[in-house]
Amino acid sequence: MTLTPAELTSAVSGGIGTSPQRPDGNLKVRGEFAYASDLWHEDMIWGATLRSPHPYARITSVDITEALKVPGVYAVLTHSDVPGRNLYGLEHKDQPVLAVDVVRYQGEPIALVGADHPETALRAMKKIVVTYDVLDPVVDMETAVDDTPLHPGGNLVRHVPIRRGSQDVTADVVVTGRYEVGMQDQAFLGPESGLAVPAEDGSVDLYIATQWLHVDRDQIAAALGLPQEQVRLTLSGVGGAFGGREDLSMQVHACLLALYTGKPVKMVYNREESFYGHVHRHPAVLYYEHGADHTGKLVYVRTKMYLDGGAYASSTPAVVANAATLGVGPYEVDNVTVDAYGVYTNNPPCGAMRGFGAVQAGFAYESQMDKLAEALGMSPVDVRVRNAMTEGSVMPTGQVVDSAAPVAQLLKLVQDKPLPAGTSTDIRELPGGVSNTTHGEGVVRGVGYAVGIKNICFSEGYDDYSTARVRVSMVSGSLAAAVHTAACEVGQGLVTIMQQIVRTELGIERVTVLPMDTTIGNGGSTSASRQTYVTGGAVKAACAAVRSRLDGRTDIGDEVIDETVEWRHRATEALDPETGQGNAHVQYGFAAHRAVVDVDVELGLVRVVSLDCAQDVGRALNPQAVMGQIQGGSAQGLGLAVMEEIQTSGGKVRNPSFTDYLIPTVLDMPPMSIDVLELADPHAPYGIRGVGEPPTISSTPAIVAAIRAATGLALTRVPVRPEHLTGT
Amino acid sequence: MRVNVTVNGEQRQADDVWEGESLLFLLRERLGLPGSKNACEQGECGSCTVYMDNVPVCACLVAAGQAQDRDVRTVEGLADGDALDPVQEAFVEAGAVQCGFCTPGLVVAAHDLLDRVPSPSDPEIREALAGNLCRCTGYEKILDAVRLAASRR
Ligand code: FES
Ligand code: FES
Repeated sequence: MTLTPAELTSAVSGGIGTSPQRPDGNLKVRGEFAYASDLWHEDMIWGATLRSPHPYARITSVDITEALKVPGVYAVLTHSDVPGRNLYGLEHKDQPVLAVDVVRYQGEPIALVGADHPETALRAMKKIVVTYDVLDPVVDMETAVDDTPLHPGGNLVRHVPIRRGSQDVTADVVVTGRYEVGMQDQAFLGPESGLAVPAEDGSVDLYIATQWLHVDRDQIAAALGLPQEQVRLTLSGVGGAFGGREDLSMQVHACLLALYTGKPVKMVYNREESFYGHVHRHPAVLYYEHGADHTGKLVYVRTKMYLDGGAYASSTPAVVANAATLGVGPYEVDNVTVDAYGVYTNNPPCGAMRGFGAVQAGFAYESQMDKLAEALGMSPVDVRVRNAMTEGSVMPTGQVVDSAAPVAQLLKLVQDKPLPAGTSTDIRELPGGVSNTTHGEGVVRGVGYAVGIKNICFSEGYDDYSTARVRVSMVSGSLAAAVHTAACEVGQGLVTIMQQIVRTELGIERVTVLPMDTTIGNGGSTSASRQTYVTGGAVKAACAAVRSRLDGRTDIGDEVIDETVEWRHRATEALDPETGQGNAHVQYGFAAHRAVVDVDVELGLVRVVSLDCAQDVGRALNPQAVMGQIQGGSAQGLGLAVMEEIQTSGGKVRNPSFTDYLIPTVLDMPPMSIDVLELADPHAPYGIRGVGEPPTISSTPAIVAAIRAATGLALTRVPVRPEHLTGT
Repeated sequence: MRVNVTVNGEQRQADDVWEGESLLFLLRERLGLPGSKNACEQGECGSCTVYMDNVPVCACLVAAGQAQDRDVRTVEGLADGDALDPVQEAFVEAGAVQCGFCTPGLVVAAHDLLDRVPSPSDPEIREALAGNLCRCTGYEKILDAVRLAASRR
């Protein structure tokens, strides 16, 4: 009998299109799932990091003598102990593993301590004496390029221009605006942690919570001066990521301490250190001018935007490209002028966070669309539908959108949903909640809409691929499969998706997901909403290779079929450096939100009453996981709209704790009604469209639009704070 | 110092405990029970929630010494052997677990709620879980899980 995938889908449960339980679910609810911070090794010691208290300073001396004398201390290391290249970075190698003679942000690592107890390490750290020559920090992203150069090439990380159509066309109706986006934190709950275990031959094993094992490995090996094969990484349990684990945190530090002391070393950041230990979402200042004719049709969009990359480049170049190429939103515009700048400052380093450049632009262009609607006397939905892109539309880069782009449909879906009942009389459902600040007096309601666009997968010609190995053998008389990749499970449910794909492709119900590690080829980054697409594609392709060897057999005796496949999505192109033209992106994802808010105008408190969403996911391989992504992504957008911001002053972080950096609680998140469209993308495996990021983009501007509708205020900055609403 | 404490029904002892250590550190690093999580270690996230003498507390805010002679029940003590507690089961089924770092604390908090209020209303669930942060799920499926568990108890 020959088995085909179609026949197998119905024969085996838990395949694609269903929502089987995640394989790590039981362990997680029992408290037995081993996160990076739970790891333990016989004889292990603890590492700690001494960080700069200054955003910008020359280091004039570092004295570790007294620290070394603390009983229980095994090692105190500085930059001179870094055996390899003391510079790393995702796109530019500009960030020291340990600072040499200058620190460029508050929290920059200077020295490491290894000790028998975390408390010993902290005490020893306090005995390290560093003297500084404190310098004036560069903190203004708009003037940074002309300020003191912080790096040899100056403070411009990247400028992305886009020139499309006429650059001086005029329009009947013109609206302009300046918008600001505050610095958001990923605030994943599992703190940065890792366990490095030295081997006798001078190599090292690192168990780590990360988003990209291979790029970590390459950077660690370079810093340690070891060949890549002597640095082995295994993914431990990851407590969320959202972009904040794309860069190195303590990976090199733990390995250095382990190799130096010959002991296993565990490092765990506490929450405060976590705020200093990873990159954040770029704060941004964005200037926009939209011109339209009297019917509401956009004639042109011109924008100049600044994204603050902070002290080191991280993924700033790609973030800037996203902000630029997606900068007019999911609309057809023939004449576009974009200048997007990513700059160095002495603010905390910024890099990847869910939405990656599209969030900042999204808040600004959607605010502009509302302004345009008002100027034209149109409804916010009508002006968006009037300009909505569709399949076949041309992006500002000249790229033709070659699969579904149901922008108008998504807007209409959220518009047609029933509205929630009027303002509640239950204080638990009013702004301020049980703080009992109002019983409804001074409370006004507003409704707002927004839609957004996100590129899926890596862009601009990057060779974006994943490697998957599928092995099939007989277990207790029936076929069983194991799937092995280096693609990181960070909570999103890739482990479930891989099992589902194998079940569907091979008709084998019993599928084991092997630990993710660097003994197999690169799985690519868990970011850009790409893992289901790319690693899913690789697993599907590996299954096809296995299937042809199985040749329909259901009993293969002692044979083991083992196939490894590297799979890449279609190629993309670089952007033209002068005009920003080029087929830079693989796929586009879209989501729309309608938000309803109640605002207590006297106290400036906001309660989001409902947050409804419609999104096209191409095909929902796991409907429950898709909903989870939309709900979680929308919540992070809500956070940016009304509460989340790392506040800095003179480059110093003022609120590095969950006491002062607030993220939404269950009281802040309203019920969501969600419509999922499944308009298959013919270019993608199973037709899927990346899910994770689009809902984070439209959620924020929809909520702010609703607050504007309720209050009549202009609100050009997120997060909206009480004082923006009360004017005090 | 030495700390004697009952954990999940077993008498446990730890030596050389430092003055400043929390119950959370004691559980995680000395007693081999890392199920209670360490997302903030300052009482803001609820990921470390455990029962102490049947009252849910943030283990990160309790000094290890304060647990002397007390009865502590952690997430590891909720299941009956292989059989999950109905709250645990509902969390897995409802898709309330993504990264799962918030899960142990939420499971204990929801377990406590359902012990006190067998059929809680939505506002009651929200109030009871307001001290437990989750960054992944947007809470919708956590509410689903609690409703599901309530319907089964
Ligand atoms: S770790 Fe105890 S409340 Fe956060
Ligand atoms: S599931 Fe990740 S924090 Fe709740």
